[in-house]
Amino acid sequence: MSEKALTIWEQAQVRGVSRRDFLRFCGWMAAAAGIETSALGAVVKALDTKPRLPVVWFHFQECTCCSESFIRSSHPIVSDIVLDKISLDYTETLQAAAGKQAEEALHATMTKYKGQYLMLVEGSVPTGEGGIYCCIAGRSAMDILQEAAKDAKAIVAWGSCASNGCIQAANPNPTGATPIHKLVEGKPVINVPGCPPIAEVMAGTVVHLLTFDRIPHLDGLGRPKAFYSRRVHDTCYRRPNYDAGLFVDSFDDENAKRGYCLYKVGCRGPVTYNSCGIIRWNDGVSYPIQSGHGCIGCSEAKFWDNGPFYQHLAAFPGFGIEKTADDIGVAMGAVTAVGIAAHAVTTNFRKRKQIKEGIRDSEKAPGEGKE
Amino acid sequence: MANRIVVDPITRIEGHLRLEVEVKDGKIVDAYSSGTMVRGFELILKGRDPRDAWAFTERACGVCTTVHALASVRTVEDALGITVPPNAELVRNLMFCAQYMQDHVVHFYHLHALDWVDVVSALKADPKKTSEIAQSISNWPKSSPGYFSDLQKRLTAFVESGQLGIFANGYWGHSAYKLPAEVNLIGVAHYLEALEWQKEVVKIHTIFGGKNPHPNYLVGGAACSINIDDANALNAERLAKVGSLLEIAAEFIEKVYIPDLMAVASFYKDWGAIGGGLSNYLAYGDLPTHGYGDPEHFKFPRGVILGRDLSKVHPVDGKNDAEIQEFISRSWYEYGSGDGDGKHPWKGETKLKYTGPKPPYDHLDVDKKYSWLKTPRWKGNAMEVGPLSRMLVAYASGREEVKEVVGAALKQLDVPVTALFSTLGRTAARGLETKLVAGWSKEFYSQLLANIKNGDTRLWAGEKWAPETWPAEAKGVGMTEAPRGALAHWIVIKDRKIENYQLVVPSTWNASPRDPKGQMSAYESALIGTPVANPEVPLELLRTIHSFDPCLACAVHLYDEKGRYLNQVQVL
Repeated sequence: MSEKALTIWEQAQVRGVSRRDFLRFCGWMAAAAGIETSALGAVVKALDTKPRLPVVWFHFQECTCCSESFIRSSHPIVSDIVLDKISLDYTETLQAAAGKQAEEALHATMTKYKGQYLMLVEGSVPTGEGGIYCCIAGRSAMDILQEAAKDAKAIVAWGSCASNGCIQAANPNPTGATPIHKLVEGKPVINVPGCPPIAEVMAGTVVHLLTFDRIPHLDGLGRPKAFYSRRVHDTCYRRPNYDAGLFVDSFDDENAKRGYCLYKVGCRGPVTYNSCGIIRWNDGVSYPIQSGHGCIGCSEAKFWDNGPFYQHLAAFPGFGIEKTADDIGVAMGAVTAVGIAAHAVTTNFRKRKQIKEGIRDSEKAPGEGKE
Repeated sequence: MANRIVVDPITRIEGHLRLEVEVKDGKIVDAYSSGTMVRGFELILKGRDPRDAWAFTERACGVCTTVHALASVRTVEDALGITVPPNAELVRNLMFCAQYMQDHVVHFYHLHALDWVDVVSALKADPKKTSEIAQSISNWPKSSPGYFSDLQKRLTAFVESGQLGIFANGYWGHSAYKLPAEVNLIGVAHYLEALEWQKEVVKIHTIFGGKNPHPNYLVGGAACSINIDDANALNAERLAKVGSLLEIAAEFIEKVYIPDLMAVASFYKDWGAIGGGLSNYLAYGDLPTHGYGDPEHFKFPRGVILGRDLSKVHPVDGKNDAEIQEFISRSWYEYGSGDGDGKHPWKGETKLKYTGPKPPYDHLDVDKKYSWLKTPRWKGNAMEVGPLSRMLVAYASGREEVKEVVGAALKQLDVPVTALFSTLGRTAARGLETKLVAGWSKEFYSQLLANIKNGDTRLWAGEKWAPETWPAEAKGVGMTEAPRGALAHWIVIKDRKIENYQLVVPSTWNASPRDPKGQMSAYESALIGTPVANPEVPLELLRTIHSFDPCLACAVHLYDEKGRYLNQVQVL
């Protein structure tokens, strides 16, 4: 690290932030990362003493929706991240320098902070035809990835492109688009899928790394458990309607206007692990289902080939859908007690009449999952 | 002797753009623009459900998110003969407006401003004088000496930390920077404010489309429902939120963006004579007020201007196969009928065929094929698309509101109308249309509320949703204006599946390589004559290129009717 580099607390002091405000900031950083209050002291200490983490952000086969999502973050806001918390030394989207000067900035960081820089990757890498489908500064994405990964401290694969190949890897994958974890060896790779991932999930992942200086707990697919351990279906505010068998039959019908479950018009919530139902989008304003469209499953591998989108997942009625989701769950190490879930479903199905009539269950919220 | 400069990557854009230019006596004398990444969208679309196409094509670009989804649903609706309900048109218009406001402001401050604003110079500004200047150009409240002084301290600490992050290795101190230190400090302040502001305006997408980037669209209308008596639909609270977001958006545009644009422009009037490039302008038009089927009543009119002749607007027909054609004589593709042919998108044919140098390479072989972008032409003419084209077509079409804002800006800057045909004109046109869009968005919002009040809550036309209702074969075209310019999709549906899908996007028009006749496209043409004081640090080149707001990911795609990968397509 540079000798002149200020710690985050020192930066905050320069900005006129009081110790009290700084501690409050540490508090919500901890909250954003899902940290218990008892560990707050560790957060404060980390931010008191750490200089800004050097970060390099690569763009390969992508559409920049991940960068766009990142700058939508409401906590922390992105200007605070890039000015005070990290040193974003290379990013084609935002950096002032171009061409030779940009490449020099990249290599200066890779040399000076060898083994210490965080590498963020947006986009998949095309492996077809010797890598000619994506070249930057005359070099193939594959070459660039390998060079930068070698001395990175850790790698974050932003979005579905970098995590699972996303749209360019959809059938027939014309360019041999490949996710990062399949190309890099010997480095921790954190997959943060979604098309794009939720802004606060992206910021939360960076905050976690920065605050605790360690990789967050990951599931079997390399995704932070804090954000990808729940199915959209299980956290959906419309779940009670599913359990009660109340469905939208076609868009804009009477049931759509009442906010019934979108399963029959093709919702992928039951097979999709993401935080849309919890954190929601754009500072909690809404999420796809709340705005009337089914989840298209954009954080799951091969979701583009799991279509058509408007065809529902399994025959209705029946609980085959549960089994499908739970099979996937097992593969990810997130074992769900099928018995409990099925029991809850039948329970709520019995409550169908009450829910339809808008009568609240006085004992507990519908769909809570246990009796 | 000419000096070859390569700038790769071009940063502060979307996608992967490489420029190779020849500089002689301090000016660019030749230029080659190359898209260096390809994904294969159209091939991936083949065989899929046409109703899903919006989601695929939306992923063409995450910066101008939503625009491809809009073009796509219109394309399918055109093919199937679907007319969406008036409220759905209004919701789409509001999403369109939100996109313009967010995207144009982000472009100005985060992608373009650093070409004009010297961040390091801002450290020397006098906060009191800065405050006086800020208050003289706008009544935006964040303008006290204390505000600028605090910001300057934060910036100083940032620079002194030795970790310059996104500002590292910038062109600070370059002789082409002309703003006083105080104006630079205002620029930096608003860079940061705009970064925070932009995350608000997109919430309009979140309300109607569930998320941003990449909100959801729906063939036949919009997926959200209106029910003013339910918690789960668009009710008074949701609609009020849209209204207040539109206010927040308009206030920033009027009090920050436009005053900053005019202040910066006043120091760079010489750029009103640089970077003009092509003299032909194309706009498909958008923002229907009487439905998408009635282009005469679009807020942005449709048309073509040739030879900078503002006395005549030529009509455009996306279905006429003699008008819009794509060429590949200088692109890494091949046509069965010979590389010199031009093909209308419905009849397009392409095979990926890379013939460029093997990476790593120092130079492209610019005398041969040198880009993954195809080259579109309108009746054989190279066209510029984007905000300048939209404003010129509207101006030449006699649209009073447009003539008024354009005229006022020219007068304020005291420059002739010919200054529009330039790097500065392009950047100014973007701001002026943002101001218009901010006003129009309030009209659409009021209309939506009026319709609901009158009992019309319909948002979806579902009569032709079921594939059983479709003809065996259908063809459609859907046009829109992406923030970066004219965008259209073409579809051929056969047996209820996509037989053929083609996107011709703004950056393909602007950033493409030469055509078979050797005519340059807009980027290359605009770079000719752009000064470069020091070939090692080509700041001026970035000004002209960024004035187009390049967006490359969607510009590069492949379409393959009989391609070699066809046998791998799994029928869904």
